Amino acid sequence: MSTTPLAGPAPSDEAVGTALLEACEVGFAYRGAGSPVLHDISLSLLPGRSLALVGESGTGKTTLLRLLLGLTAPTSGRILFEGEPLALGDRTRMRAFRRSVQAVFQDPYSSLDPRARVRAIVSEPLRSLGLAPAGRAGTRDPRVAAALESVGLPAEAADRYPHEFSGGQRQRIAIARAVVCDPRVLLADEPVSALDVTTRVRIVDLLAELKEQQGLTIAMVSHDLSVVAALCEQTAVLEHGRIVEQGDTGDVLSAPTHPYTRRLVASVPRLPAPRPAS
Amino acid sequence: MSLLDVQGLSIRTEDGRELVADLSFSLDAGERVGLIGESGSGKSLTTLAVMGLLPPGMTASGSIVLDAPGLPRTEVLGARERRLLELRGRAATVVFQEPLTALDPLMRVGQQVAEPLRRVKRLRGAALRQAVRDALAQVLPDPDRIARAFPHEISGGQRQRVAIAMALACDPALLIADEPTTALDVTVQEEILELLSTQVAERGMALLFVSHDLAVVSAVTERVLVLRHGQLVEEGGVEQIVHSPTHAYTRELVGSARQLESALERTAKR
Ligand SMILES: Nc1ncnc2c1ncn2[C@@H]1O[C@H](COP(=O)(O)OP(=O)(O)OP(=O)(O)O)[C@@H](O)[C@H]1O
Ligand SMILES: Nc1ncnc2c1ncn2[C@@H]1O[C@H](COP(=O)(O)OP(=O)(O)OP(=O)(O)O)[C@@H](O)[C@H]1O
Ligand SMILES: [Mg+2]
Ligand SMILES: [Mg+2]
Repeated sequence: MSTTPLAGPAPSDEAVGTALLEACEVGFAYRGAGSPVLHDISLSLLPGRSLALVGESGTGKTTLLRLLLGLTAPTSGRILFEGEPLALGDRTRMRAFRRSVQAVFQDPYSSLDPRARVRAIVSEPLRSLGLAPAGRAGTRDPRVAAALESVGLPAEAADRYPHEFSGGQRQRIAIARAVVCDPRVLLADEPVSALDVTTRVRIVDLLAELKEQQGLTIAMVSHDLSVVAALCEQTAVLEHGRIVEQGDTGDVLSAPTHPYTRRLVASVPRLPAPRPAS
Repeated sequence: MSLLDVQGLSIRTEDGRELVADLSFSLDAGERVGLIGESGSGKSLTTLAVMGLLPPGMTASGSIVLDAPGLPRTEVLGARERRLLELRGRAATVVFQEPLTALDPLMRVGQQVAEPLRRVKRLRGAALRQAVRDALAQVLPDPDRIARAFPHEISGGQRQRVAIAMALACDPALLIADEPTTALDVTVQEEILELLSTQVAERGMALLFVSHDLAVVSAVTERVLVLRHGQLVEEGGVEQIVHSPTHAYTRELVGSARQLESALERTAKR
C-alpha cells in the first residue's frame, strides 16, 4: 500500500478526490445499435476498497467494465484514472494504466489462448509488462506456480492447455493470470460464477487477503449476493443501463430502496428450510 | 425401462488418468435429477460422455444406454457417429456450460436457433421464422434484436438463454443442462428455472441438471447425485440430501451452502 502515491488516511466515502478509477456521467452506445446501453453512470473506485456491480442480465455491466478497462471509449462522459482522463491513444500513459489494472473476463474459455500452455497464459502479464525476463526463462517464474496455488490448482496445471480443464478450473486460471503481477486494481466480471461453494469461499478469501495485505482495489460484477456481501463494501445496482441504487453493501442489501434491488434480494435461491429441532 | 442407463462408466485420459470412475446411475422418462460436486469432479465429462461427445484422446468404458420413445435403443459408447447424430437433439440435448463454445461466432443468433428446428422439427419458411421467434421470446424480452445479433454482440446471460432456447426447441426426451444459469442474475435465474421446470413437466422431458448451487438444484430436481473426484459418493432425494446427508463430503457441501446463505441473511437483515 505504501508504494502507491495515494496511500494515506483510510479512504472515506466523502473523499472524492482520492478515487483511483472513476466513471463520470458515462454514457455508451454500441455502433449501429439503436439506443444507448449505458446512461449517466457515475461511480468511483477508492483505493483498497471493493465495489460490486449487480444488475439484471443484459443491463450493461460487462460494457461498463470494458469502459473502465479502457478497451472502449465512452460515447459521453469520462473515465478517470488517478484523476486524469484515460487517454486511449497515449501509449506511455496507457502502459502505466495497464500495469496497475488487471481483468478477469466473464467468459473464461474465450479469454484464454487455446494454443498456449497455462504457464504461458498465467505469466503473460509479467512478460508484457516487463516484470519478467522475456522469452522462455520468464515462463519458469515461481510467481506462476504461486498464483496457481493461490487459486487451488496444482503446479502441474502449468504444463497443460486450457481445453484440458473444467469450467471452474479455467475460471481460476483467469484469476491466477490477473493476480500474478500484483495489480493495484482488479476488474472482475463474474469471477466465481462457475465455482462450487468451497472453491468460491477460497477465491473470496484470496481476494480479501490481497485487499488486506496489498491494498488491492476491486470492482466486481457478481450475481452472487453472498459473495458481494462477503467482499465488497460498496454496491452499485444497475437496471436498464442506469445506476438505480448505490451505497454501502449492508445498506443496499438490508434496506433496498429501489424495486429492482428488492426483487434481487428476494430472488436469491434458498435451500429448503432446515427442519425444526433436528 | 430407463430412458438413460449408465453402468460402470469410467473415463480416462490418453495418459491413463482416470477422471470418472465406475459411475452408475439411471434416469426414467420425465424424471429430474441433479448432478452436483466440486469444480473438476467430472460433471461435465459425464454429460459429454452421455452425448457421445468426449474430447478426442479420451476413452470411456462401461455402458451408457439411451432408450428414447420412437428411437432405436442405443449403446452410446462405441456407437457410430451417424447413429449418434440421429439421437442428438431428439433423444438427448445438452446446454453446454460455456455457451460461447457452442455458438458459431460467424452466424447470427436467429440462424443458429433455426438450425435444430429445421433439422429436428423439419420446419421451413414462415413457420420456421415464427418458431425461432417463439423460442427466443420464451427466454428473452427482445427476441427480434437478439435474433439479428451475432453471439459476441449479446451479453453473457443473453447467450446462455439463447443456448437454453435452442435446447428446448429440440423437444428432446432428455434435456441435459450443464450449469445453465451461472451467467444470470437471480431475478432472471428465477424466471428461467421456472420456465425449465414447467417445460420439462409439460412435455414429459427428463432433466439432468448439473450445478454447483445446491439451492438451485433443489428448486428444479427431485433426486440428486453427488460426485467427488470422479466418483459417486451419495445419491438420494433432494430432501434427504439437504436435510440428512450421509457422506462427509455432502455434509460439508450442505454446510458451506448454509453458511453462505446465513452470511447473506446477516447482511441483508442487519
Ligand atoms: N457488441 C455489441 N453490439 C451491440 N450490442 C451489444 C454488444 N455487446 C453487448 N450488447 C448489448 O448491450 C447490452 C449490455 O450488454 P452487457 O454485456 O454489458 O450486459 P451485462 O450486464 O454484462 O449482462 P450479463 O449479466 O448477461 O452478462 C445487452 O443488451 C447486449 O445485448
Ligand atoms: N480434455 C481434457 N484432458 C485432460 N483432462 C481433462 C480434460 N477435460 C477435463 N479434464 C479434467 O477432468 C476433470 C473433470 O472435468 P469436468 O469438466 O468434468 O469437471 P466439472 O465437474 O464439470 O467441473 P466444473 O464444475 O469446474 O465445471 C478435471 O479435473 C479436468 O481437469
Ligand atoms: Mg456480462
Ligand atoms: Mg463443468
